[in-house]
Amino acid sequence: MTPVVELRGARKRFGKVEALKGVDLTIGPGELVALLGPNGAGKTTSIALMLGLRQPTAGQARLFGLDPNDRRARSRCGVMLQESGTTGVLTVAEIVDLFRAYYPSPLPTARAIALAGLDAKAGARIGTLSGGERQRLYFALAVCGDPEALFLDEPTVGMDVETRRAVLESIRSLSASGKTIVLTTHYLEEADQLAHRIVVIDHGVVIADATPREIKSRIPSKRINFRSEAAVGDATFQGLPVQNLEIADHRVHLLSNEPETVLRALFERGVVLRDLEVTGADLEEAFLSLTRRS
Amino acid sequence: MRWRVPAFSVTNLVLPIVFFIFFGLPVASLRRGDGVSIGAYLLASFGAYAVGNVMVYGFGIGVANERGMKVDRLMRASPLPPLVFMLAKVLTALAFALLSLVLLIGFGIVAGGIRETPLVWVTVIARLLAGSLPFIALGFAIGYWSGPNAAPALANLIYLPLSFASGLFVPLSQLPDFIQTLAPFLPSYHYAQLAWSALGAGQESLGVSLLWLGGYTALFLTLAVRSYRREERAKFA
Repeated sequence: MTPVVELRGARKRFGKVEALKGVDLTIGPGELVALLGPNGAGKTTSIALMLGLRQPTAGQARLFGLDPNDRRARSRCGVMLQESGTTGVLTVAEIVDLFRAYYPSPLPTARAIALAGLDAKAGARIGTLSGGERQRLYFALAVCGDPEALFLDEPTVGMDVETRRAVLESIRSLSASGKTIVLTTHYLEEADQLAHRIVVIDHGVVIADATPREIKSRIPSKRINFRSEAAVGDATFQGLPVQNLEIADHRVHLLSNEPETVLRALFERGVVLRDLEVTGADLEEAFLSLTRRS
Repeated sequence: MRWRVPAFSVTNLVLPIVFFIFFGLPVASLRRGDGVSIGAYLLASFGAYAVGNVMVYGFGIGVANERGMKVDRLMRASPLPPLVFMLAKVLTALAFALLSLVLLIGFGIVAGGIRETPLVWVTVIARLLAGSLPFIALGFAIGYWSGPNAAPALANLIYLPLSFASGLFVPLSQLPDFIQTLAPFLPSYHYAQLAWSALGAGQESLGVSLLWLGGYTALFLTLAVRSYRREERAKFA
């Protein structure tokens, strides 16, 4: 079967900055893939190449086996970009209606608006929408054509908790109905909740491409904080499964997947602990340790 | 959806009529030595002004605003080919210009008692719409060359003096000598000739007017395409 997205050795240079340094990525029909990475990692550039919004400096990008700018490929895709806007004069229903006209067999207008949770604002002028509502409008525009593939660049940015949950639910149900979905996020949690597959991008290269479970097993899940009675140094932690070790005065902060092993070793090495805390690691910070390590 | 931007719809529909009330109504019933109705001549002049206005401001400010608000990225990500998007804009603008002409001429007929045969009016309207191409190109050139803040000023700076110096507000014969010398080199002068000659008041043959307008279209289109390409390279290369 023809893959929906194919990047082969894709490189993209903007002046002196090489945003993508050779990305190989194949996404098949029905997959729900999250491109995960910190800001500036190359996620948005990857999406832009997939859609022909940018041309690769080297390598190749194909969409449904075609040139991404081919209308036959593009009319099978719905897109939500970070950096896009509309003039404020149309109403929500009008612009959704307009965008439906670009697709061969679109959803009913009301259905697209409902998927984005914008029912109450259907008659409102775009200019009067809040930032979060605008995000939902762009989501409605992405889904209104009932496309086979959805490309969502940071879909939940600027949404409050409730709408975020609603939009994630819509994404999940679209995926369940067989759509191919590619989304970018810098929240590991979001990727974990949604995706079948997480592709971690950093500094323009893919550093991991696996299931959420595998990705999570590679990153430290617990944070350990304590104060040590005597001075400790890096040597104290020699050979222990710790990451992001920070020692300031007698305070120690570290991340680990095996907190029990670390603590047992510290006791055996005679370290006297005060104010010990073992908590779930902040996922962002845990994720950063993955990208930093590579 | 230009209705919803009063700054645009009012300016483009009402302003030509207001100008006509000031400059045209008092002399609407007079005739020139050659028998041409001065009222009809001024309707043709303000008609030319009105259509050019719709194109230069509509595209100049419209395109610059869309670029500023990143509508171009939204549209680029949609399956709609950019050329279709542009053509749709041109058609809307032509429809708007038609409305503006119908209102202006209708006002002149009703309020000024100006009488010409329907064929004359239809010819004036058809020529002004068909001949608006250089102003569409000029609008695109302004829209792609400048930004949302500069576009209105730039459009004014170019279009108002152009209209004035071409005798659209005040007949050329009443303007200073140097402007009379300059006028035959301006696009709006040759554009207005399309309408004036439909009333038998033209100063050059249709072919000459079309040649000038074609030349200016090529010039403005070149400028527009250059700025467009520059933008394409920066945003979508």
